[in-house]
Amino acid sequence: MKKSVFFGALAATTVLAGSAFAGTLDDVKARGELICGVNIGLTGFGAPDAAGAYKGFDVDLCKALAAAVVGDAAKVKYVPTTGETRFTALASGEVDVLIRNSTWSFQRDTDLKFDFVAVNYYDGQGFMVKKDLGVSSAKELDGATVCIQTGTTTELNLADFFKANNITYTPVNVADDSEALRQFDSGACDAYTTDASGLAASRASMAVPADNIILPEIISKEPLGPVVRHGDNNWGDIVRWTYFALLEAEEKNITKANIDQVASSTTDPEVKRLLGVGDDDLGAMMGLDKEWAKRAIAASGNYGEIFEANIGTSTPIGLARGLNALWTQGGLQYAPPFR
Amino acid sequence: MTLATEPPKAHFRLGMLINDTRYRSYTIQIIVLILFLLGVAWLANNTIENLAAKDKDINFGFLWNRTGYDIGQHLIPYSNDSTHFRAALVGLLNTLVVALVGCILSTILGVIIGVLRLSNNWLVARLMTVYIEIFRNVPLLLWIIVVFVVFSETRPSPIDFRVTEAMTTAGEKPAASMMFFDSVAITNRGTNIPAPLLSRPLPTIEVGPISLNLTLIAILAVIAGSVYANRVLLRRAAATQEATGFRPTTWWKSTLILAVPFILLMFALGLHWEYPVLTGKIAKLVNFKGGITIAHSFTALTVALTLYYASVIAETVRAGIQAISRGQPEAAYALGLRPSRTMNLVILPQALRVIIPPLISQYLSLTKDTSLGIAVSYLDLRGTLGGITLNQTGRELECMTLMMLIYLIISLIISAVMNAYNASVKLKER
Amino acid sequence: MSLSYVRTEMLPPAEPPISERGAIRWMRANLFSGPFNSILTLLAAYVLYQLVSLAWPWLANGVWSDANSMSDCRAIVTASAGPDASGACWAMIRERWHQFIFGFYPPDLWWRPILTFGLLFVALAPVLYADNKRAMSRLCGVVGILTVLSLIGADGFSYHTVLAILLFAGLTAIAAIQPRRLLIVTLLFPFFALWMLWGGSIWGPITALLGFVVLVVVYGLVAPKLGAVMGASTGFLAACLWWLFLQTYISTAWQALLPFGLTYVPSDKFGGFLLAFVIGVASISISLPLGILLALGRRSDMLLVKTLSVGFIEFVRGVPLITMLFVASLLLQYFLPPQTKFDLILRVVILVTLFSAAYNAEVVRGGLAALPRGQYEAADALGLDYWQAQRLIIMPQALKISIPGIVSTFIGLFKDTTLVSFVGLADPLRGITTIVRADINWKGIYWEPYIFVGGIFFIVCFGMSRYSMYLENKLKTDHR
Repeated sequence: MKKSVFFGALAATTVLAGSAFAGTLDDVKARGELICGVNIGLTGFGAPDAAGAYKGFDVDLCKALAAAVVGDAAKVKYVPTTGETRFTALASGEVDVLIRNSTWSFQRDTDLKFDFVAVNYYDGQGFMVKKDLGVSSAKELDGATVCIQTGTTTELNLADFFKANNITYTPVNVADDSEALRQFDSGACDAYTTDASGLAASRASMAVPADNIILPEIISKEPLGPVVRHGDNNWGDIVRWTYFALLEAEEKNITKANIDQVASSTTDPEVKRLLGVGDDDLGAMMGLDKEWAKRAIAASGNYGEIFEANIGTSTPIGLARGLNALWTQGGLQYAPPFR
Repeated sequence: MTLATEPPKAHFRLGMLINDTRYRSYTIQIIVLILFLLGVAWLANNTIENLAAKDKDINFGFLWNRTGYDIGQHLIPYSNDSTHFRAALVGLLNTLVVALVGCILSTILGVIIGVLRLSNNWLVARLMTVYIEIFRNVPLLLWIIVVFVVFSETRPSPIDFRVTEAMTTAGEKPAASMMFFDSVAITNRGTNIPAPLLSRPLPTIEVGPISLNLTLIAILAVIAGSVYANRVLLRRAAATQEATGFRPTTWWKSTLILAVPFILLMFALGLHWEYPVLTGKIAKLVNFKGGITIAHSFTALTVALTLYYASVIAETVRAGIQAISRGQPEAAYALGLRPSRTMNLVILPQALRVIIPPLISQYLSLTKDTSLGIAVSYLDLRGTLGGITLNQTGRELECMTLMMLIYLIISLIISAVMNAYNASVKLKER
Repeated sequence: MSLSYVRTEMLPPAEPPISERGAIRWMRANLFSGPFNSILTLLAAYVLYQLVSLAWPWLANGVWSDANSMSDCRAIVTASAGPDASGACWAMIRERWHQFIFGFYPPDLWWRPILTFGLLFVALAPVLYADNKRAMSRLCGVVGILTVLSLIGADGFSYHTVLAILLFAGLTAIAAIQPRRLLIVTLLFPFFALWMLWGGSIWGPITALLGFVVLVVVYGLVAPKLGAVMGASTGFLAACLWWLFLQTYISTAWQALLPFGLTYVPSDKFGGFLLAFVIGVASISISLPLGILLALGRRSDMLLVKTLSVGFIEFVRGVPLITMLFVASLLLQYFLPPQTKFDLILRVVILVTLFSAAYNAEVVRGGLAALPRGQYEAADALGLDYWQAQRLIIMPQALKISIPGIVSTFIGLFKDTTLVSFVGLADPLRGITTIVRADINWKGIYWEPYIFVGGIFFIVCFGMSRYSMYLENKLKTDHR
C-alpha cells in the first residue's frame, strides 16, 4: 500500500515510502537505497569526513548490508540520530536499521518493541582518570566527581555500581563525548565514564595520552549491535546473517582482496554456500539473491578487516580485539553455521 | 419622518447564508467548527491507528516507576530510587529557579546597561553598545556553551585549594583560596557556598497525602506579617504627610519591623551555617564537602541567560527612556534636579509604562529559553521528563504532552501575573 | 583722528588653554567629567585590558596553514612560541569551512545555493524598497557582482558564472526600468529556490506552481458570483485537488516528454548555514500569510474564529521552540496517517513555520492596532467589504508598519535554527562542530569552530538588525 503526500511545492522534498511495519526488505528494494540510522559523530564508529562521506565501524556494517540487499555498498542514506531521537526514528520507520552503538537491554528489547539482531561490538562501561590521581581501581573513587553523558544506559550503570559498592559520587551530566572530554581534560571531573571503546578513542586524542589511565573495572556489559523493529522477522534475519557472513568470512580467511579468487577456487562446501558459488541458494531463503554475502564481504572486507581499518590497533584509536576476537581466538564473536 | 428601521421580512432563502451579512458569520463559524472538529478527529484517529500499529498505548503509569538515574541539583529530596514523577518535579523546580534568578538578574543588569548606554561617558556608552550588539546578535546557545566553558576552564580545581603540612612549614600559600572569609569557593566543578542549617527545626506534620513543613510555614508567616506591618506603617506616614505636610521619619522603624521578627525567629530555630570544607579519602581525590554546591551547569545557564537577556532588556529600557519627550528631563533640570534624581524621579517612572509590556514577553522568552539548558546538560523539566525519562521509558507521547502542558501553564501564569501588574502601573486615564 | 591709546588692530585669538583643546578636552568631556565617570572609565579600561590580554596570545599564536590535525597544530605552536604557549588552530577552518557553510552539499553543485542566495535579495527588493528604482537596481547590481564573485571563487569561471552574469544583468535592467515587474521574481522565487536547492525534474515545481494558477482561475470564475470568501475557498479546494491527484501524473508525463532537470540533492546533504537559511527563510515566508490570517482571526468579531486563533497563538507562544522541534522529530509521526513519512528537515520546517506564524501574528496584530480607527471607518464609508478593505487599505499600511517586527522575528528565528542540532540535524553551531570533533584529527578542538560560526551569525544578524533599525527610523518620521 502506498500513500503519497504532496503539498504542492513541498513535493520535491517529501520522501515517499511504503508500509513501515512489514516488508522492510521490499521497501528497501523498491527504494533502491538502505536508510541507516547512525551516530552523528562518534570517533571511529560513525562520522562524516571532510568530504562528507560517512566512515566508521558501524558505517561499514551499513555498507555491507546495502551491498547484500540493494547490490551496491554506496546506496545507503545515513540518517544522523541523537541519543534521544534514535529509537523513535527506528520505531516510526524513518530508518530501516539502527547501527549506532546501542546497548542491547531487556527493556529496549521487550518494552520498546525492538529486536537486537546481533552484537557487533562487545563493550563495557569503564572509567578514565588522570594518572596523577593515584587511583588504581574504580572502587577507590569514593566521593569523586564523575562526568557522564545523559540519555544513555551508562548513567543507570553508574548509579548501580556506586550503590553496590556503598560509595558516593557527584554526577556531572554532559551533553556529548567532546564536551565530556573537555571537562575531564580541564579537571572539572575526576573521572569520565562511558563505553570503554569511547574512552580509548578519547584518550588517544588527548595531548598526552599517557597522562590518563583507563581503570581495570568494567562495570557493565554493553553489547552494542544493530537494531530493527519488532515484527519484521525476515528483515531481522537479513541484518543478522549479513553480520554473521562478515564473521564467517574472517573465520574462513576470506578478505576483500581475495574474495574473487576464493570464490573461484574454494573447495570448502560452507564457503561455497556462503559465497553462493555452489548449488545451494541461501539468499533465496531470505528473499535475496545467491551472491548477497559475497557482495557484503566485498563491500568493506570481513569483520576483522572492518575492525582493523576503523578502530583497530593500527589506527590512532588503537582498540585491541579483546572480547571481539573470533571465538577461535578466545573472543566472543561466533557465527552459527551457514547451512 | 421615520426611516425603515427594520429590513423587510423576507422569507429565508438558502442563498442568504452566504450573501446576507446577518447569517454569513454563522455560516462561516459553523464551517470553521466543522473543519476544526474534522481536523481534530483526523489527528486523533491517526494517533490511535499509529499507537495500535506500534503496539503501544497511552499510559501515564510509568510516572510511578523507579527512575534509576541521579540528578545533580535537586531542591527537594531525590535519589535514584525516586519515581519519574518526582524527577519531573525536580526538573520543574530547576526550570523555575533558573527562570526566576535569570529574570531578576537580567532586569537589574539590563536596566543598568540600558541607562549606561545613554551615558555621556564616551568609553562606557560605546562599550555598552558593543556589549548589547555582541550579545543580541549571536545565538543564545553559543553564549551558554561559552560561559560554561569559561567557568570550568578558568577556575582552579579543588586540589589547588589544599594546604598540606609541607606547605605550611615552608610558608607557601595554596594556588587558590576561598573567598568571603573562607566561606565561598568557586572551583572548576561548581560554586560551593555555606548552607543555612537549623538546629531546632519545627516538626513536619502529615495531613493526609500532604506533608506540612511547619518551619517553612513559620518563616513565611513571619515574613508576610512583617511586610504587612511595614505597609501599614508607610500608609500611616503617607496619611500624616498629606494631613500635615511633614513626613515622619520611617526608615529605622521600617528596618526594625522587617528585620527583628525574622532575626528572632532564626535565633529561635537555631540558625547556623555549614561551611564547605575540603575533604577526600585519597589525597588527590579531594573535593569540597558540606554546604551547598551549585553546579556550573546552573551557574552557566543563569549567567548566560542573564547576559543575553540583559542586552535585550537594555534595548527595551533605552527605547523606553528615549520615548519620553525631551521636555520632561528639561523641565526637571529647570527645577534644579540633579541628573540622577531626574532619572529616578522623572524619567524612569514614566519610561516604566513603555518598558513593561515588552518586558513581559522577554520574561516569557527567558523562561522558555531555560530549556536550552540541554546544551550544558542542566537537568530541568526538559532534561528530566522530556530527556532521560523519555529516553529510558520510550513514552514520547506522554512525556512530550505533559512537558508542553507544564510549559504552557507556566507561561500563562507568568503572563497573567505580569499583565495584572501592568494594569496596576498603567497610566490611569480619566 | 586717532587715539593713540586705542588699539586699532585686534589681537590674534589665543589658543585655548591646553586642558580645553584636542584630545585632552575630549577626554575630560567624554571620559573624566566627574568622579563617577572617571571610575567607570577606569573600570571599563581595566575590563578591556583583561579581555585583550587573555585572548591575544592565543590569537597571535594561531596556526592557519601547514597543519592537518590538532597534534600538528600543537607541534607548530610549541615550536614557535614555547612549550607552555597556547594557540588557535584555524587550520581546521581551512580544511572544513565548506561543511560549516554548505553541509554535505556536493562541491560541484555549490553554485546552486550561491545563486539562490543571491536571487533571494532580488526577490526581496520589491518588498523592501517598494518603487524606489535607484535603490532596487543598485541592490540588484551589488548582489549580482557579489554572487558572480562567489561563484568564481567556488568553482572557477564556468557556464554557471555566465548564466549568473546574464541573469543579474537582466534583473538589474528590469529593476532600473520597470521595478514593479520584479514582483514576478518575488512570486516565482520560492519555486525556483526549491528546484535550485533540491534539484530534480523542473516539472515538479512548474506543475506545483500551476496549482496556484488553478486557484486564481477558479477564484476569478467563482468570486464575481458568490463573493470573495467562497471564491477563495473553492479556489483553494480546486488547487488542493490539483496538487493531490493531478500534479504527480502531469509532472511525470511532462518529464517523460521533455526531460529536463538538475541533479537531485537529497535533504540529508543539507547542513551548516545553508540549512539555517533554508529553515529560517522557508519558515518565515510561509508563516507570514499564516500569521496575517491568525492576526485577522484574533481581531475577528466571530467568537469561534477568535477563540481558535487566540488558542493557537497562545499555545505556540507558551511552549519553547525546542519542544516544538522534539514534536517534529518524535511526535509528528503519531499525528499523520500511518504510512506517510516526511524527511526530518521538512517536519522541522513545518513546526518552525507554525511556531513563527504565532509570533508573526502578534507582530501583524501590533501593526493593525497601530492603524488609526479612521482608516477602518473610511474603508467602511467607501462601501468596501471586509476583504476588499483589508486588501486595499488596511494590510498595505499595517504590513509596512510591521516590517521591522517581522525582521526581528526573523533574526530570532535564524539564531534559533541552531537548536535543530538537538534533533540530529547538522546545524552550523553544534551539528557540524560535533561532526568535525568526531574526526580523530580534530578531536579536542574547542573554541575555533565556535568563534567562526559565532562570527558569521553576528555579521548576518547585526546587518539585519541595523537594517530593521534603519527601517524603523524611516517609518517613524511620518508619525512625528
